[in-house]
Amino acid sequence: MKDLLKKLSETYGPSGREEKIRKVIAGEIKDFVDEVFTDPLGNLYAVKKGKSTKIMVAAHMDEIGIIVTYIDKDGFLRFSNVGGVSPQILLGQRVTFGNGVVGSIGVEKLDDIKKLTLDKLYIDIGAKNKEEAEKLVKIGDIATYDREAAVMGTRVIGKAMDNRAGCAVVIEALRRLRETENEIYAVFTTQEEVGLRGSRTSSYRINPDLGLAVDVTLVGDTPEPPALNVALGKGAAIKVKDASVICHPKIKAMLSELAAKHKIPVQMEVLTAGGTDAGAIHLTREGVPSGVISIPCRYVHTPVEMVDLDDMENSVKLLTAFLSTSVKMQEAFPCALV
Amino acid sequence: MLLIKKLTEAYGVSGDESGVRNLLREELTPYAEKIETDSLGNLYIKKGIGKKPRVMVAAHMDEIGLMVVGIESNGLLQVKTVGGVDERVLVSKPVVVGENHVPGVIGAKAIHLQKPHERKKPLEVEQLYIDIGVKNKEEAEKMVKIGDYAAFLATTHEIGDNCLIGKAMDNRVGCAILAELVKEDYDLELTAVFTVQEEIGLRGASVAAYNVHPDFALVLEGTTASDVAGVEDTGYVTKLGGGPAISIMDSSFIAPQKVINFLVETAKKLNLPFQLRRLTTAGTDAGAISQAHGGIPSAVISVPCRYLHSPTSIISLDDYENTLRLAKGVLMAIAEGGLSLEGFAEKIK
Repeated sequence: MKDLLKKLSETYGPSGREEKIRKVIAGEIKDFVDEVFTDPLGNLYAVKKGKSTKIMVAAHMDEIGIIVTYIDKDGFLRFSNVGGVSPQILLGQRVTFGNGVVGSIGVEKLDDIKKLTLDKLYIDIGAKNKEEAEKLVKIGDIATYDREAAVMGTRVIGKAMDNRAGCAVVIEALRRLRETENEIYAVFTTQEEVGLRGSRTSSYRINPDLGLAVDVTLVGDTPEPPALNVALGKGAAIKVKDASVICHPKIKAMLSELAAKHKIPVQMEVLTAGGTDAGAIHLTREGVPSGVISIPCRYVHTPVEMVDLDDMENSVKLLTAFLSTSVKMQEAFPCALV
Repeated sequence: MLLIKKLTEAYGVSGDESGVRNLLREELTPYAEKIETDSLGNLYIKKGIGKKPRVMVAAHMDEIGLMVVGIESNGLLQVKTVGGVDERVLVSKPVVVGENHVPGVIGAKAIHLQKPHERKKPLEVEQLYIDIGVKNKEEAEKMVKIGDYAAFLATTHEIGDNCLIGKAMDNRVGCAILAELVKEDYDLELTAVFTVQEEIGLRGASVAAYNVHPDFALVLEGTTASDVAGVEDTGYVTKLGGGPAISIMDSSFIAPQKVINFLVETAKKLNLPFQLRRLTTAGTDAGAISQAHGGIPSAVISVPCRYLHSPTSIISLDDYENTLRLAKGVLMAIAEGGLSLEGFAEKIK
């Protein structure tokens, strides 16, 4: 899984421009599923046919980025953010446009670092003037962090672990999954980082019985951390809530029971801010019981996000167990009580 | 010119769009195969029913404004904002209140009575009121009631070098272009939707897109032209006179690269000036439409507009004409198969 994660992490794919990462993932899954297709928002669907419960498992494949808004006469590019990008983190970074063009992030003279905002920064692609720059990029092009993934023991450091780690877990689960009576729709969603957009339309299209998102989550195990229970290396996290969803208690219970049965280490995750695809899925049509398996991740939305391969392995085990479990919808999620 | 003048001078604050809707309905009845409204008040004009592809073109009818929330004993009206109102532009502006269009003005404490520190701060809506020239609450209640909408009162006229000044350019300029589009025939099924409640959250468009479920959607808008004093050109969103603005990204929507390329190529083929909208915030109906059903490929073309959301917005009539030409060119090109709609969803295995 570490090679797969490295490959996914290093592939270009900011929100709205997921063509490259979609192609890579399609290549990884197509031999293990019955159907593969895309939709107008660019979501990638992988279907494993079955006769019983229809389960949607979503992992967003987009990453945060920066979008060119202006090219000045000297060839410097001004930009805006695509998703949650911090100016402090951007400072001194190398970025790539996906067409091979690489740039440095430069900063205007500042008298106080606290005054650093995105509009004080620019991308320098080494062009001598506007004409030269315009041959390389155009307004509206999106750049991401340019960063190779590094493996340090069981830990992997790199960009876009949010959420290529989730994509890798879903891909690996699809590979390991035996025949089940469930019908599995794995969706590698787009535009999560700008508002859960791909999951909203894909969930409508599929109309699943159950929804499950696989995404990274924040941790509280670093020096002077926020008060969070989740730690790197302590297992897959079962989400209780975040700002977008309160996970269905039955799904939480199912995941906890499966973890106990298969002796998979898990931790409960309560996140006060942030959202994930389950936020859109659970509100689709008449409502879809939904949950989330989270992969603990340090330094989220930086080029040095860190995940633990053991946590990912445990997430694959938990996801595979969940997707293989028969769910009698009428009994588990009764709508009519009399 | 006449239609856009009539449209901008009509009143239609979000949720109260009937004035604009009636005008459009009357104007477009001779050209429509079918006209419908829905429970939110969207107006649908259909042409070429049964043809393929099915294209929806949307422009929102509503404008920002105020709502009466209280009447003081002295007859002054307390108000709240509806939509993105810049409170700094409100004071001393003439308005009309309620369905009878009772004239009034947005009042505030006169400069003579303000303390020095008060003069330094912009007035908030809580410090403002509408004065309809009555002596007391009883008299006011004969003319207006709580819940009445108030809209800017402004006439539209030409100024300067082929420019137009007036209120509600956002988005009667889009409505005017869409109305002109409806007057011609295309080899496709066209549903023109004049949407409601865009300014308070893309509400009309989200049900309209669900209702129409088109193969492709084009949104016509008025967008910020920030080529004004105090803004560096790095921060210009669009330039007045620079041609139609093609959207790449806003807070509600990211245009597919394929759609951007198609619009740019269409503009180039027609020899039209155009610009890319250089702002990634603010939302449009495309945000809601692209998220309807299983996702709908969408595009936004806007007319640059200075002083957006004020009663004195300025557009260039050249931009208006070129946006109309581009929108028409886009429909023609789609009818001729210039945008492969199948390509938006691919079967891989």
